[in-house]
Amino acid sequence: MRRSLQFLLFTATVLAVFLLLPLHARHEQRHSGGELRQLRNLHVTDLCLATEARYTRHPAMADRHAPFQEHPLALEHFPSGSLILPTRLNRDKP
Amino acid sequence: MKRAIERHLNILEFTLASLLRRKAKNFSLLAMYLMVVFMLASLQFFVTALKREAAIILDDAPDMVVQRLTAGRQDLVPTGHAAEIARIRGVTAVRPRLWGYYYDALNGANYTVMAGDDTSAKTESASIGSGVAKARNLAVGDLLPLIGYDKAPVMVEIGTIFPSGSDLIAADLIIISPANFQRLFNLPGGQATDLAVTVRNPKELATVAAKIAELFPGSRPILKSEIQRTYQSVFDWRGGMTLMILASALLSFIIFAWDKATGLSAEERKEIGILKSIGWETSDVLLLKFWEGIVISLTAFLLGTILAYGHVFFLSAPLFVQALKGWSVIYPRFQLVPVVDAYQLAVLFFLTVVPYTTATIIPCWRAATTDPDAAMRY
Repeated sequence: MRRSLQFLLFTATVLAVFLLLPLHARHEQRHSGGELRQLRNLHVTDLCLATEARYTRHPAMADRHAPFQEHPLALEHFPSGSLILPTRLNRDKP
Repeated sequence: MKRAIERHLNILEFTLASLLRRKAKNFSLLAMYLMVVFMLASLQFFVTALKREAAIILDDAPDMVVQRLTAGRQDLVPTGHAAEIARIRGVTAVRPRLWGYYYDALNGANYTVMAGDDTSAKTESASIGSGVAKARNLAVGDLLPLIGYDKAPVMVEIGTIFPSGSDLIAADLIIISPANFQRLFNLPGGQATDLAVTVRNPKELATVAAKIAELFPGSRPILKSEIQRTYQSVFDWRGGMTLMILASALLSFIIFAWDKATGLSAEERKEIGILKSIGWETSDVLLLKFWEGIVISLTAFLLGTILAYGHVFFLSAPLFVQALKGWSVIYPRFQLVPVVDAYQLAVLFFLTVVPYTTATIIPCWRAATTDPDAAMRY
């Protein structure tokens, strides 16, 4: 087979896999959530993304500027703190 | 039509042969390109899926959480405030919540301990997350010894272990009875960690929050919309690590584009000169370079995106999890439900494939329009 046809065949296969990704995602979305639904009555306020610091375990519930309140020279030093941002409140009040 | 297809196939054939002649250079270019697309697509898949999970999970968050701040830090809330808040028009329920953190000296892990609502459950029974069960090697029916505030052991029996599919909610969670919570932390009487407020009409939330702040000046009401917004802006592009990934990807593309746009190598110019002297049209040479750009960039884009999908949704994003794990002892397994955002993929396509292909064609057009003799002598 010509090299150009081999390449086109390869690209077509990869493209077909690429186009199947949204279908796979939709299928997974339809069949997911069972285990999470059981825990809905917990009414959690935060996701368990990182457990190393209070303000990355519960960013929505943390003190304002929590990383800097531990002691006067407490600069951010937890790795997860560089990924998870503190809450930004849009309300002026309260 | 058939002739046009044949022309494209012939030029593609020549392009592939030409790329394979400089195998090492082009394969390393493809690998680099693929890696950049892979990182960007992985980040995009990870963040989009996480935001979707957050939206679903936090839909059940309390309408409002009322905290008390003392000297800028969260403090315990007197449960007496609950009755006064319940009297505000529009408030349907106020529930004092008891929760806190427990440091396990045995393995250095931090657990989130919550007092459950269910008073019918056995006092000694506890529900734990799969992360806790794994860290302490526990099974249902085992006893989990916790150390109370007075160093006295508090033994709880494991009644339920939450499935690992719920790790995003409960990996580090221990739910115990209010009596055991008191034995563990000895909170002063009539105090709670915070108050969960339910409001009948969501449109009244801001008004109710303002009334609570007026009633209790030291309080801090946190609305459900603010909780949700926290996770919609999580991994924002301004965040440290995210910015680093985006900056390195951007820099790589600038290097690619610079390398291509500053012109062709002497060998490539000579090749164009020879092609023109043996009868190739300028359009043929441009088509050759177009295919060269497409072969590299389209392959890198498609493969990079597919590999990123596998990395995030089948392998649970091991590259990002390392950063999130940090120094945590307990960390969830990110079994995210796949989400493909067509708009973001289109943006990724136009940011990667289009600039590269354009940067390949422009210097070539300059070389292809010059005299073949001059191009060969360059």
